Amino acid sequence: MEIIVKFLEKNGLVFAFLVVGLIIYLSGIISDKLTRRKIPASAIAILAGLVIAYFGGVYSGGEKGIADIKIFSGFGMLGGSMFRDFAIVSTAMGASFLVLRRTGWVGALSLFLGIVLSFLGGVGVALLWGYRDAVSLTTIGAGACTYIVGPVTGAAIGASSDVIALSIAAGVVKAIAVTIGTPFVAKYIGLNNPHTALIYGGLMGTTSGVTAGLAATDPKLVPYGALTATFYTGLGCLACPSILYLLMRLTFGG
Amino acid sequence: MIIYGVAILAFCYIIGQLIGEFLGKFIGVDANVGGVGFAMLLLIFLSDWLHKKGYFDKSTENGILFWNQMYIPIIVAMSAIQNVKVAVSSGFIAIMAGIVPFVICLLAIPLLAKLSKNTKPD
Repeated sequence: MEIIVKFLEKNGLVFAFLVVGLIIYLSGIISDKLTRRKIPASAIAILAGLVIAYFGGVYSGGEKGIADIKIFSGFGMLGGSMFRDFAIVSTAMGASFLVLRRTGWVGALSLFLGIVLSFLGGVGVALLWGYRDAVSLTTIGAGACTYIVGPVTGAAIGASSDVIALSIAAGVVKAIAVTIGTPFVAKYIGLNNPHTALIYGGLMGTTSGVTAGLAATDPKLVPYGALTATFYTGLGCLACPSILYLLMRLTFGG
Repeated sequence: MIIYGVAILAFCYIIGQLIGEFLGKFIGVDANVGGVGFAMLLLIFLSDWLHKKGYFDKSTENGILFWNQMYIPIIVAMSAIQNVKVAVSSGFIAIMAGIVPFVICLLAIPLLAKLSKNTKPD
């Protein structure tokens, strides 16, 4: 037994290939037999990933889902930002430059609106829960953008660690909501063409949520959503601790 | 050869991500600004140019398409390493602070899409 565990630890990435392959195979069967392909196999597989992450986190007490369990540490590599971004870039092969150019300014507008709307949404919720100081409100609002913007902003303006933790949690919840929600709402918001996918990526911003959600909806849309979403976190890190924080201070004092 | 495709992809990735890093540094934020986006644009241009020059054969293209196909498996692995536990256990405020912005932005999509459709040539 010990030999097997050690072996799987040492060959983590290869073992992760095998396990992910099995997850996707089983998801395909579930999609076919239980939902008559109404829910795509990729959506079930991604959802299964989140469930596995939850149990991995509960079991190990760590922060990286299943990757904190030693024999599954290869998941950290396979699902980490390097492979993720490498694969996202490769999807650009199928993207149409014409569509990109035509949607250019709306993409920029959607980024701007996405950051402001998410921020205000987060601030609104924080107000409801009784936060009144500009620093906490800004940090929670930033967390509502993405789980990277939250802690970056919080650290920049000197928020307390529990508020920073809260902002990370808010960002993670948003990423999960986007992942799970996208395939279900796609129909109702007209998310079936590259043009809308670009806007969607800019508005939602969470790269992991947008790309996973679009992959589950229609893989052809992934490059368009990813292209705008990739600017979101950087712009959020720029706007939240500066303009938006000043705005909060003017409104609530501090 | 397959490795040429993978190498072209790696080239675009590295250049794009570096631009993103420098842009972040330049505007003074501790984050990569649009690195993946720059890499994608570079790949679109480069693959188009190589196609026209006739340097882009089937197996070179397969080196890129392989990663294209690996995309969903990688996303599944990525889901499995999210900190779902903290999201579930942080209580109602974190859940609301995550879901409310999602819903607000959802409502904005049809508006933006409509707004921009008017300027479309077709």
